[in-house]
Amino acid sequence: MATQHSRSAARFMMAPAVMLLLAWMLVPLIMTLYFSFKKYLPLRGGDLGWVGFDNYVRFVSSSSFWPSVTTTLIIVGGVLAITLILGTLLALLLDQPIWGQGVVRILVIAPFFVMPTVSALVWKNMFMDPNYGLLSYLWEFFGAEPLQWMSHASLTSIITIVSWQWLPFATLILLTAIQSLDHEQLEASEMDGATALKRFWYIVLPHLSRAITVVLLIQTIFLLSIFAEIFVTTAGAFGSKTLTYLIFQRVLESQNVGLGSAGGVYAIILANIVAIFLMRIVGKNLDK
Amino acid sequence: MGRIVLEKVTKKFEHVEVIQPLDLTIEEGEFVVFVGPSGCGKSTLLRLIAGLEDVSSGDIYIDDQNATDLPPAQRRLAMVFQSYALYPHMSVRKNIAFPLKMAKLDQAEIDRRVAAAAEVLSLTDYLDRRPGQLSGGQRQRVAIGRAIVREPSAFLFDEPLSNLDAALRVGMRLEISELHARLKTTMIYVTHDQVEAMTMADKIVVLQGGVIEQVGSPLELYRNPRNRFVAGFIGSPKMNFIEGPEAAKYDAHCIGIRPEHIGVSETKGEWKGSISVSEHLGSDTFFHVHDTGLAETITVRAGGEVAFKHGDTVYLSPRPEMIHKFDAEGLRL
Ligand SMILES: Nc1ncnc2c1ncn2[C@@H]1O[C@H](COP(=O)(O)OP(=O)(O)OP(=O)(O)O)[C@@H](O)[C@H]1O
Ligand SMILES: [Mg+2]
Repeated sequence: MATQHSRSAARFMMAPAVMLLLAWMLVPLIMTLYFSFKKYLPLRGGDLGWVGFDNYVRFVSSSSFWPSVTTTLIIVGGVLAITLILGTLLALLLDQPIWGQGVVRILVIAPFFVMPTVSALVWKNMFMDPNYGLLSYLWEFFGAEPLQWMSHASLTSIITIVSWQWLPFATLILLTAIQSLDHEQLEASEMDGATALKRFWYIVLPHLSRAITVVLLIQTIFLLSIFAEIFVTTAGAFGSKTLTYLIFQRVLESQNVGLGSAGGVYAIILANIVAIFLMRIVGKNLDK
Repeated sequence: MGRIVLEKVTKKFEHVEVIQPLDLTIEEGEFVVFVGPSGCGKSTLLRLIAGLEDVSSGDIYIDDQNATDLPPAQRRLAMVFQSYALYPHMSVRKNIAFPLKMAKLDQAEIDRRVAAAAEVLSLTDYLDRRPGQLSGGQRQRVAIGRAIVREPSAFLFDEPLSNLDAALRVGMRLEISELHARLKTTMIYVTHDQVEAMTMADKIVVLQGGVIEQVGSPLELYRNPRNRFVAGFIGSPKMNFIEGPEAAKYDAHCIGIRPEHIGVSETKGEWKGSISVSEHLGSDTFFHVHDTGLAETITVRAGGEVAFKHGDTVYLSPRPEMIHKFDAEGLRL
């Protein structure tokens, strides 16, 4: 009896939070769907009526659509590859007993606390500026022509910046996973004659697979929607326009809310495809 | 193959000397058991031999070769860990094959050896399962399988049975003894269970606080313990120790008498007392006798059919030839 009582009481008390969350999610979603079927140009006549699937057709047939999808995938893929590989290496390194371990760990985590806009601006101005950026000095030191990072290597720049931000996250999760590895397994494999490299390959990496999938999943969800890093660096120029950025341009720069909303719906679909795909892998990995 | 010699081996962990200078010779084919209370350095000693820890000083010889600086893989020893340390993501077959794969044997040979090991350990039906899907005893056998396929010159076991229930422990104890009888390979076995030590060992090494108290065959330790610690540690139930005037009669600081060496009678005997607890095991009965005029409660072992119970008055008579005498330092006189 008591549990039934407290259960309904719990439901009652949770209701406001659930309602708020639902509204939070549903209102924008419904508004996006609503606008995606309208011709809505705020500065050029406002609401011009229903247009059916017109916006959807126009969004995909625009010449920037496929390049933006490709760019999105390159950025997400690049950042994932870099953060996972470097994250694993860093985690292995941080797991070693080193002098000043505590300080080093805090330093490694620090980039995660810097806001995306700030870190992108810092990279753009302090490191990648062709005239006074630190990297241009480095290039000059080796007698090379400083690189015009933003225009000539726009994707590389963005991937570098975003990877720098997400590396701590990957490192942290992988480090905790490495620390949970049973030490006796490593010792057993050492006695079995496995070299350090083989121990990593046969023992450590399989142990990390779960953590790696978690990092993969969480990062993908966040990386699909990166925006600030592009906005403050290339502003979408030089082939760095992602799907998110394209939607932003359609809505705010071309003032076409309907078209942008249709893009938004595509983005939702893309994110869900990726999510389902990843959930499958994770599900398989988490089962074990 | 499988002779291991330790010479003046010590081990320090941050200034604490966990193993004090220690000499030990383990002969080829011997089953040696390290026993001692928790924290006495049994595991540390085993890990020193395995090469998982470096000695602080001294030398380790394996088959007359100085192995002090050899990495674990090159010492040709196999170890079975207390937690089994199986590789959870590999099937039983892959677990057992792992050391062979690392040694780059060809696949046919690997298959042959894995099949042979599985046969010996009755694991054939489980080869494609993962460790997580096995019972404790089966996991233990996989760990042993992984050790035997390598055909090492010695096996090291660190409390391999402590995670098993009592019945299974007895079964595995027999299996390991059988394995030793068949392979005739040197085995070093760590335990804190003196029953395991007594039943399995050719030679028992009793350790306390990083020092070897005594080395000898089980019966040697039982009959002639070198000091009070060994006397108390070997044998179950524990030896009775009596100090004071009673011991003085024997010109000793302390005398010890095992529960099985005390006669019980209703009518006459050396010490008169009353039974506080009687434990009936069926085959044996253990009486705890107090009010004997001695400071200590005396434990007595009698046959299974003896019908004394709580509160009964009994007379105890120790067999004089079985009394052990100890001096104030605990050394046997
Ligand atoms: N890595 C280490 N660093 C510092 N001290 C250690 C370390 N490993 C073991 N010790 C200490 O060495 C002593 C012996 O430890 P060891 O593990 O050999 O005991 P043991 O005889 O195996 O005990 P148990 O029966 O409980 O397993 C203990 O006092 C322990 O605290
Ligand atoms: Mg131990």
